[in-house]
Order: sequence, then structure tokens, then C-alpha cells
Amino acid sequence: MARDDKPEAEGRVFKIVGTRPIRPDGIDKVTGRARFGADMSAPGMLVGLVLRSPHAHARIRGIGTARAEALTGVKAVITRADFALDSGDIDDDDLRDILHNVMAHDKALYDGHAVAAVAAVSAPVARRALALIEVDYEVLPHVIDVDEAMKPDAPVLHQGRSDETVPAGMSANVMHRFEFGHGDVEAGFAEADVVIERSFRTAATHQGYIEPHACLASMGPDGQADLWCCTQGHYMVRNTCAGLLGLDASQLKVTASEIGGGFGGKTTVFLEPVALALARKSGRPVKMVMSRDEVLRASGPTSSTSIDVKIGMKRDGAITAGWAELRYQGGAFPGSPVQFGAMSCFAAYDLKNVQAIGWDVVANRPKQAAYRAPGAPMGAYAVESVVDELCEKLGLDRLEVRLKNASRDGTKAAYGPRFGRIGLTATLEAAKAHPHYTAPLGPNQGRGVACGFWFNFGGDTCVTLNVNADGTVGLSEGNPDIGGSRAAMTMMAAEELGIPYERVRTTIADTSALGQNEVTDGSRVTFAVGLATIKAARAAITVMCARAAKIWGIDEDAVVWEDGHAKPAGPNAGQFPPMSLAEIAALYANTGGPIAGHHEVTAEGAGVSFATHLVDAEVDPETGAVTILRYTVFQDAGKAVHPAYVEGQFQGGAVQGIGWALNEEYIYGADGRLQNPGFLDYRIPVASDLPMIDTVIIEVANPGHPYGVRGVGETSIVPPLAAVANAVSAAAGVRLTQLPMSPPKVLAAIDAARG
Amino acid sequence: MTQIHVSTTINGDAVEFLCEAQETLLDVLRDRLGLTGAKEGCGTGDCGACSVTLDKRLVCSCLVLGAEVEGREITTIEGMADGEILHPLQQKFLEHAALQCGICTPGILVAAKALLEKNPDPTETETRYWLAGNLCRCTGYDKIIRAVMDAAEQMRGA
Amino acid sequence: MVRVAIWGSLRAATGGRAEVEVEAGNLRELLDRLAEAHPGIRPQIDRGVSVVIDGLVYNDSWFTPVRPDSEVVLLPRIVGG
Repeated sequence: MARDDKPEAEGRVFKIVGTRPIRPDGIDKVTGRARFGADMSAPGMLVGLVLRSPHAHARIRGIGTARAEALTGVKAVITRADFALDSGDIDDDDLRDILHNVMAHDKALYDGHAVAAVAAVSAPVARRALALIEVDYEVLPHVIDVDEAMKPDAPVLHQGRSDETVPAGMSANVMHRFEFGHGDVEAGFAEADVVIERSFRTAATHQGYIEPHACLASMGPDGQADLWCCTQGHYMVRNTCAGLLGLDASQLKVTASEIGGGFGGKTTVFLEPVALALARKSGRPVKMVMSRDEVLRASGPTSSTSIDVKIGMKRDGAITAGWAELRYQGGAFPGSPVQFGAMSCFAAYDLKNVQAIGWDVVANRPKQAAYRAPGAPMGAYAVESVVDELCEKLGLDRLEVRLKNASRDGTKAAYGPRFGRIGLTATLEAAKAHPHYTAPLGPNQGRGVACGFWFNFGGDTCVTLNVNADGTVGLSEGNPDIGGSRAAMTMMAAEELGIPYERVRTTIADTSALGQNEVTDGSRVTFAVGLATIKAARAAITVMCARAAKIWGIDEDAVVWEDGHAKPAGPNAGQFPPMSLAEIAALYANTGGPIAGHHEVTAEGAGVSFATHLVDAEVDPETGAVTILRYTVFQDAGKAVHPAYVEGQFQGGAVQGIGWALNEEYIYGADGRLQNPGFLDYRIPVASDLPMIDTVIIEVANPGHPYGVRGVGETSIVPPLAAVANAVSAAAGVRLTQLPMSPPKVLAAIDAARG
Repeated sequence: MTQIHVSTTINGDAVEFLCEAQETLLDVLRDRLGLTGAKEGCGTGDCGACSVTLDKRLVCSCLVLGAEVEGREITTIEGMADGEILHPLQQKFLEHAALQCGICTPGILVAAKALLEKNPDPTETETRYWLAGNLCRCTGYDKIIRAVMDAAEQMRGA
Repeated sequence: MVRVAIWGSLRAATGGRAEVEVEAGNLRELLDRLAEAHPGIRPQIDRGVSVVIDGLVYNDSWFTPVRPDSEVVLLPRIVGG
């Protein structure tokens, strides 16, 4: 490798990074003071509500709004006609799809698709107004299932959207074909002693954030607009809404509220452009909040999938070839994360012969949104299930087989590149050495193992760090804090400056205060914003060293920064007493003006992350119900800045994966309508479903970050589907190949195996 | 529409408000009284984010009508700390990093306080079952359970 | 010349070749030359690509240097949740 692979952080002794201080936004969040999306109000505010399609697929022949507009208290009714830009004006496919999703055009494409919206003086009035809007629908045949949608005679959502990668003659619902891999899989299978091929299915699941989408918009006749919303990226919201409404980005100021969970689901817009359009039309501030029913019907779930996997293995456990074909429906628009499923499903293995094919398919369901390592958990589920079955068939130890075939530094990944420094084998070794792996199991109990991988991501990042006259520091960054990132930024700034954690306050700035910041996604924030924070602190240190040099009358280069102080160095060493940050800050006005550091970068060089999960499950053979008995996560964090929040990411991802494996699914009726749009019937894990989730943090430094940080937020959801499936299959004595493994499915599998 | 006049006690303070018949206690707290600590995660009593106590009983405020609280005593997350002194549960949630996004936190704290008032020495299983009506999507509950158990221990020693 | 690895479904645009060579000193030149030499790749470049250079993923930074001995792999654009 041409690159110098030695991490800058190697050997560095940290004072603050690696400790567990209390998060700066903590008190607001335990006292109810923190303001989330729905917690903001404005004088004269109206309530906005959305009318949604009751049909899975229908042509909209006309929308009558006159009766709604005539209702006392109604201040605005909008339909697609009220968006300045229509599809013809937008040459960006993605933006046009977002507009079609925000407000239906000529067709409603799924149950819950927005078709009109009202703003009224109160929620009851707005509800009455919705009932007065007359939509003339021509109901069309619909398709929900991914395999059905690929059939040549399936109802078609869009004509002419398939791209050049799709072979002629396929359904127009097939949007894109991906293929990755290398070597010769057929030759590889010929070398194998055992080849297993299996088909798997996973249900669509929702990110399940507890806070529904919410926003408050206002706009003047001059086009100046303000928007408050819960989002993973307010710069994205600004850019997208400006594009959809024909506004200048400079005229739309977006402030991110505290965010009540996102997991990828708040990386797009739903209500925000609608609220702005209603505010523009009514001349009043408009607040919109989704109900849970709306969240489930109309905001992003992830794909449902259908996957075939074939793997060959020699008797000694060496994998000779791996092949997978993945079919993901991404809802009503192109863009399912199937490419990431296809790229990542074999990432944990060093394979000579590997091929993964992915099909992106549309169906009459809500447009999928990113969900934590989008696309990866399903692919890993299928591959890790087959690897498990091969180990079982050959009587081999599951961790030893994974270690034997594991990707290591320099391995050519199944998706193309060679890995740099990676920690997969470290997670496997840690799992092997952990008492969990050898703990005894009881009757009807089984143990599952699985590995997972995620790419991680960097992206546009701006940070400004201001040194105040009293020696405290204000840090402004542009990424909503979804799980403790303000604590991590504060720690990194304090570490670099050499001052106490309590002296730094980190603020999530609005879109007028900083340049472009990429969405809080791709596990990027601690990596990329952390990198920019460290560089901004270093820029401020350079300024402070220069000020000290002036005061001492020596050369700037002859000043060093140590432990929060400027010190004369070189020939001047010891000539002057060190000056603290506070002492330099106090003299700012006399030495050249306010002191600040900033850094703007499109961060590249995110390090990939691997994990290994161990889980014990018990199956009740009478009911098919599964109990998770014990769970341990082993994951490479590069460097854990705030270990408690790293553990929290590991635990939260594992439990979302447990829910995906055991309970969660979108259930559609024959009419194409979602039958379980509420938390009673869409059942996410509750406290009594779970044991403690043990965690082991592995630290294999990422050479691309000054402290060695890798993103940790996403990888943790990749292994649990497979780990739980392997544990349940072992406990039930039969291989389970469909998620969720709800009691009826497990029972049916047990009954079928008994004959 | 005729509004209903209600006199009640919230966090020890006498409060009067007008509400419409169909308005929930959660609507009243959030939209009429500015007490936005209770959150609406579902509106159907499934998530517990709107938990408050009504005459010391733990309820989902989205399932109580505003008009029902005449003459009764309500406590919300806003009444949990004593001035600037946090309740031990609040302090332990901070120390254990028992929140990530924080949207479920007010409801879980109110529910956990109600648990410890009933049962000052709950087992892990009792704590998990008591909190089964409070959904958290970020943490996997591990640190929440640890924080509640630790707070219970501290309160028993106090 | 820099050798660029092409993923499977994009090989239709390179006459089936898994690896192509282009003259490029940085990421921008690399993408420009690729699209010129293999016009079938252009729609995917327009949709978005990431480029792995010596094991690190780059999405946007045009002026990232690419050396003749660099290992370069084209990928669909990496995002996240």
C-alpha cells in the first residue's frame, strides 16, 4: 500500500478522550426542557395537516378543494399545483422523486401518499377541512411483494425509469441491476466439499424513532423563510426545500431542533416543504406534526427483501466461493439500498471467488429511507445464515471458520478495494476468548454468531471555534446531535486545546451560521465533525501561539502549545513563563482582535468498521416464542471518544436488530393497505423482552483520523439478524429462513421439521 | 365550540384552563399550558412518552381527557427536580448515559419514579416489566435499567 | 496510466473488462477520462460514484492525487443512515 498506514494517534496519551463525562445537553433532557420538533410554537401559528391516499395505487383525476377552503378557520389548502417547481422544471431525478413523494402528482403510489394539505386555526378545524377535500381517484392494480413486482405482468408504477443496467424484457418495476465480485464462482463451487444454497426473505421494518416528524415554518411575502424541524441534517432540509419551492438557499434559515431519534429515517424531507408552502400561502406560521399512523404509512421504512445465497466450503472450513442474488423493493421510487447489501454481504470474508448481484425494485409502498447501515443487515443475514449451516454440516467451530476466512489488513474485499487497517479478526478473537462463547446452554437453547460490516462515511463539514475573553470556548457545528455527539465534540476540542471539558460549550448552529454540512448519517459525525473540530482547535492554537509570540517579542515558530499553554521553545525555551489559554484570551483586543479557529472540509478517509455478535436464545417448542437470554457485541470503534455512548450505539443497534429478527414487519392486506400502522401491532422491542446487552469495545485505530476514530453507529445493526437467526435455528433444531421469526413462523418451521 | 373550565393541580401548583371536550390531557399540557416535557410518540398509549401521574397513578396523558382532571393532582417531568437539585433518577440517567436522543427520557423518568415509590427495591425483572410500556429505540434499555437500579439503591441508602 | 477496477454491472460499458487504464493525476481527471473512454459509464458517474484510492473512500474531492501505482476502485456512491 502506498499510503503511510501509521495512525497519527498511535502512542498518544489522552486526558479527556476515552473518559465518560456527563453530556452537555443532559440536564435539559432529564428535566423536560429540551425542545424537540413538536415543542416549538410561534405567535399566530396555524396547524397543518396532510390528506393521504387510502389507496395503494390510484390515478388522481382531480382534487376539489373549494369546500375545504370555504370552511371558517381554514387559511390555506394546497395540492401539488402549489409547488413552484413541477417535475418538468427539475432535472435532478432524486429531487423530482422527493417532490413526488412529498405531494403526489398524477398518481398516488402507496397507502398514505400525501395528496393535499391544509392549514387552519386549530387541529379540529384542520381535520374537518381534510374531510371536505374531494379527491377523484381511479383505483389501479397494485403490487406489494418484491418478487411479484419483478414479474413481467406485474402492475407498473413508473414507465421508463429503468436504467441502462436492466436487461430488456424485465418488468418496468426493476430500476437497476448491480453486480460486484471477482474470481470464478463456478470453479470455486467445483472445489468445494459441500455447497449450500438457500433462499431468504426479510420483511420491511421501520426505523421506529419515538419522535414523529415535526416542523414549524414561516415565510414572508419577500421569500424570507424560517424553518424549525427535527432532522438529521438541516442543511439538507434547506437545500431540498429551496429546490422544491424555488427559494434562494440564503433566504431559508433552518434550525434543527433536538432530534428524537432518526436512524436514517430523518435524512429526507416529508412535512417541511408542505409547511413552507402552507406558510407562504396563508401568510402565517404553520406547525405540522405527524401522527404515528402517518409515520408508519408515509415515512421511510427500509426495504423488504428476497435473497438467494450459495456458498461452497472445504472440509477444513475454507470457503471456496460465495454467490448471492439480492432483490430489494425500495417502495414507490428507485433507490433501494440493494447495492450496499450486495457490496457488504461478503465483506467479512477473504474470498478468491465471489459474486453478488443486486436488483433495485419499486412497489406500492412508502419510499424507503435509509435505515442504519442501509441494506447491509439483510445481506449479512442471508450470508451468515449459510455460513452457519455449513459449519453445522461439517461439524466445525463457527468462530474458527470465520477466523480462517476472515478479511484482514490488505484483503481484497468482495466489493472491490483492498482493506486498510481493520479490526474484524480482533472482534473474532475477543469473542472466542469471552466467557459467553463457552457458557453452558440448556434445553431448547441455542447460540448464534454472526459478523457485520459497514463502510462509514465522511462528507461536508464546517466547524467554528471561538475563544471567549474569559478563557472559555464556544464550538459551533452543523450536525444534529442524535446520540451524544455534542459531548464527543466538546471532549475533542478540550483535549486538543488542553482545557477542561466544562470550559467548552458546543452548539448546533443554524444554516445561516456555517457552510454546508452533510447530514448526520453514515456514522460520520464523530469521525468527520470530530476531525474538523480538532483541526479548528489547532487553527485557534496557531493564532494563540502567534499572540504569545508577539507579547514576548519572539518568533511565532518559537512557540509551542502544551497542556493548554503557549510556551517559548527552541532558543527561547524557559525565557518567559507559559501563558494559559485564558491569559492569552484576556488580551485578545490588545493583540490583534478576537481569537477563533475554523475548519471546512469534505472529509474523506472514513475507516470501515466490523463487528461480531454472540447471542443465546431459547425457543418455546409449544408456542414458537423466542426469548433472548444473553447478548454480547464485539465491535471495532477505532478509538472510543466517549465509551459510554459508543456502548450505547452498540446496544441500540443490537436491539433494533433483535426487533427486526423477531417481531417487526410491515403487514399489508390484499387491498395494499398497511394493516399495522401503530406501536401496538408494529411491535418494537420493550424492556421486558431483553437481557442486558454486553459490549466489548475493540480499538484498531483508523489512520484517516487524528485520534483514530471510526464511525460506530451503523455496524451494530448488521450482525444481529443473522446472529439471532442462527441462535433460534440451533435452539429450534431447524433452519429459519424468513424474518421476522415471529412465534407462528417458528412454530410452523418446528412442526414442518417434525413432519 | 363551548369550552370546558377545569381547575386542577399540576406539580403542586393550582392551575385553571379551558379545553374542548375531545382534547387530551397531553394536548392541554403541551398546547395550552406550555408543559412540553411530556411527548407524543403515538397518541394511542403504546409508547409511554407522555407518561405523567394522576393522583399518584402512572398514566399515559394521551389516554386521559383534559376535562377529566378537574380537582385532581398531576405531576409531570417538569416537577421532578427540586429547583436546581435533580432527582436521583435524573442524576443517575446522566451518569449512566441512559439516554441518547432523549425523547423517551421524560416518560421513562416519570414511570421509573412511580415504580420506586411503589417498590423501592425492584429486581431487574420487575424494573423491566414496569418499564415495558415505555418505548426507547436508541439505547436497547441496558443503561436505563442500570440507572434505575442504581438510583433505587441510592434512594434506599438515603 | 492508472488502473481502475470496475464493478461487475458496469463492465458492460468497458467491453467486459474488470480493469481499465486511464491517464490521470487526480480524481477529477480520472473520472473525466473514464467517461470519455467509456461513455457507457457516464450515466453512473452522473448518478454518483465513490472512488477508493489506496483503501480510502473518496466521494467528491476532485484534486485528490492519484499515482500510477495507486490502487483505484470505482464504487456506487457510499452513503449511510
